[in-house]
Amino acid sequence: MIETDILIIGAGPTGLFTVFEAGLLKLKCHLIDGLPQPGGQLAELYPKKPIYDIPGYPEVLAGDLVDNLMEQIKPFEPGFTLGERAQDLEKLDDGTFIVTTDEGTKHHAKVVAIAGGLGSFEPRKPPISNLADYEKKGVSYMVKNPEDYRDQSVVIAGGGDSALDWSIYLADIASEVTLIHRRNEFRGALESVDRVKELKDLGKIKLITPAEVVGIEGESQLESLVIRKNNNPEEDFKIETDHFIPLFGLSPKLGPISKWGLEIEKNAIKVDNSLDYQTNVPGVYAIGDVNTYPGKLKLILCGFHEATMMCQSAYQRIFPDKRYVMKYTTVGGVTGFDGSKKEAPKAVVKAID
Amino acid sequence: MDIKITITDREGETHVVDAPTDIAMNLMEIVRSYELAPEGTIGICGGMAMCASCQCYIKSDTELPEMEMDEEAMLAEAFHVKENSRLGCQIPITEDLEGLVVELAPEE
Repeated sequence: MIETDILIIGAGPTGLFTVFEAGLLKLKCHLIDGLPQPGGQLAELYPKKPIYDIPGYPEVLAGDLVDNLMEQIKPFEPGFTLGERAQDLEKLDDGTFIVTTDEGTKHHAKVVAIAGGLGSFEPRKPPISNLADYEKKGVSYMVKNPEDYRDQSVVIAGGGDSALDWSIYLADIASEVTLIHRRNEFRGALESVDRVKELKDLGKIKLITPAEVVGIEGESQLESLVIRKNNNPEEDFKIETDHFIPLFGLSPKLGPISKWGLEIEKNAIKVDNSLDYQTNVPGVYAIGDVNTYPGKLKLILCGFHEATMMCQSAYQRIFPDKRYVMKYTTVGGVTGFDGSKKEAPKAVVKAID
Repeated sequence: MDIKITITDREGETHVVDAPTDIAMNLMEIVRSYELAPEGTIGICGGMAMCASCQCYIKSDTELPEMEMDEEAMLAEAFHVKENSRLGCQIPITEDLEGLVVELAPEE
């Protein structure tokens, strides 16, 4: 069981900054995120794109903002459960919470802060009517263990980096790799596109373009795929395969959080914005893009504000009898849990002779 | 100046809306501002041509700005794509779009 003061669900910019504000109050944080790296959308969707409305930064790349936030919160030693999705929320009699991930990792916390952005990133599934019937029976949406494909035939669909990279990787492991894409053009890194072409010329990857998978067949297990070439049903043909891996990127879904008994409006969690961004479940807060209230703006800078207000409220919830006044970092400095201390240099007093 | 745009939502209902040309809005934002699709189901990436939640089918012969690489690449990986598919977030509202008729593509 992982123990912490504030459990933050979502390691995007709002979740990361929460660690800093909580740290100033000597509260420890742990973050859960379904993606394998921190940063949320900024890291997953647009790391190389500039952001222009972070106060004090005329321009900052999304990826750099994440790096800076990680640096800023380092002294507060946050814990991370990455690559796992928060699945269940349980409130104990003493008012604390247990959050369990889809992998079964349990977290015990005094306060839960949902900073889940647009939700957890789920694989985009192509609209093939019986696709779901073959999940775990030959169809998968990500490659977890490449060895599973050794000496078996694999069909990959998609035209982005992950489709290209996995085709290249599996070409050496699988008995046969077929890559199917709707266009002749791929939008991955140039070297990946070139490598796939080389492997195609070597006969290690079979390329079928422009084409898409329109049907799946098999008794109890995936056996063959129906391929449509040139968008022309008359050209439909079948290929036999052991595995089908559609790789069409990720898209965010609110997911299990929507079943936690929280008030939901417009695909977002309703919170009290007049006070502390608490949800209808006391002790559970929602901050950043995942919440809604009158006049809500989904901006990183608003998420930072919400995180700050939320931490003050969490402190009072955890220590109801303690008196506390907010202190400026310029006055009080920043004392990390790692023993580090940052503070403003003292003024120098010197007489003029 | 406002222009008239006809938008058929995902339930099949048709709306004729006024779209302003003077505050740099795009078609996806027009749909959101009139709440013709639930929040969280359109414009998910914010308008970077990185999801396809604002995909729509162009039903009139209105002349549109040419597709850029980003949009073309995204549509190559989107679902329910047709010949007349475009991403609403890549279509700025200008006076040239007067009378545009579009239909929202199904949610993925």
